[in-house]
Amino acid sequence: MTQTFMLDGLAIPFEDGQTIMEAAIAAGHYIPHLCYHPDFTPYGSCKLCNVNVNGKICAACTFPAMAGQTVISESEEQNRDRQRITQMLFVEGNHFCPSCEKSGNCQLQGVAYHLKMTDDHFNHQFPHREIDASHPDILIDFNRCIFCALCVRASQEEDGKAVFAISGRGINKRLIINSDSGQLKDSELTVNDRATHICPTGAILIKHTAYQVPIGDRQFDHHSISEVSMDQDSSAP
Amino acid sequence: MTDKIRIATTSLAGCFGCHMSFLDIDERLLELIEHVEFDRSPLTDIEHCGSCDIGLIEGGVCNSENVHVLREFREHCKILVAVGACAINGGLPAMRNFVPLEECLNESYMTGIGIENPQIPNDPELPLLLDKVRPIHEIVKIDYFLPGCPPSADVFWKFLTDLLAGQEPSLTYELLRYD
Repeated sequence: MTQTFMLDGLAIPFEDGQTIMEAAIAAGHYIPHLCYHPDFTPYGSCKLCNVNVNGKICAACTFPAMAGQTVISESEEQNRDRQRITQMLFVEGNHFCPSCEKSGNCQLQGVAYHLKMTDDHFNHQFPHREIDASHPDILIDFNRCIFCALCVRASQEEDGKAVFAISGRGINKRLIINSDSGQLKDSELTVNDRATHICPTGAILIKHTAYQVPIGDRQFDHHSISEVSMDQDSSAP
Repeated sequence: MTDKIRIATTSLAGCFGCHMSFLDIDERLLELIEHVEFDRSPLTDIEHCGSCDIGLIEGGVCNSENVHVLREFREHCKILVAVGACAINGGLPAMRNFVPLEECLNESYMTGIGIENPQIPNDPELPLLLDKVRPIHEIVKIDYFLPGCPPSADVFWKFLTDLLAGQEPSLTYELLRYD
């Protein structure tokens, strides 16, 4: 007999070893997320996929599905927490959508739209962060990094290169590049690497490709990230 | 006196793009002025804000005058609205936050290309610049936020018609944009 748990009142089947996130996606249910990607080891850092499991808050991307669980995801309380988390992500970096070429295709923005976020609530930190434009094909704008570590995992797990790492803690946390100079141009990163294409925000950009898709045709112009993400995540191997 | 809804508007550290977008409601302006009248606004040239129902603030806060105007609006408006990206997160002007103010002034008035008779303006009439450009919710309580750069005319229309109809304003997915 198939094992199930309850997600927002619906019975969700799962296989042993699946996380709540994996089972939910397989059953066609979206749980907001930024650092989760079906191709890479779950990281559990963004906390957007926090769900209530039998009264306890857990990250759906790392918590194993178990028979008899009662999981609440789409509640006012969970979504309010998610909006606050998203607002924190916005104020601890420098996210100026009108001047970002990822606008319209940015998952941070997409999640914020999905959560109906209209303001940033908190005081802005306006941290001073640099841009690394040294690489001929790839640009990194550290202002937009949300430390999801998807580039770190993609470089290690798929490209076999370990170009990126997260260094430091708290407000001093930053993305670092594995090269003698610390610059992207001296790293092993190439434009065809998975790590180059995995960034959910406008932090890692491919040069000479900006603004090719007109406003109105971009990923999240007409479709919520809940639809776009389900199409992409459920088609992954 | 009429019983029309009174609206005041201003642009602080903004580009007036939000005001232009507001005017893009075009012929719907005629319907709007059946129900509202404008107090202090670039559209009326009234200098100080009287008692109002709605205050629309474009732009963030970059100097001392912006702070005074924002506080005047908060004091006189029942509902205060942050309009556009700059009011909400500082926007384009806030990109100077990563350059020390002295460096900004030197570049603009002393050492920049093509400057004649270099001097940093210090007329007492000029409002003093703040060290950083700030979103307006960091200065006063804001009741509603209309994102966008600028918010489209339809955003203004939806928001104001919701309020005029006495219902909680809400934007559809298509109207909620940060760019």
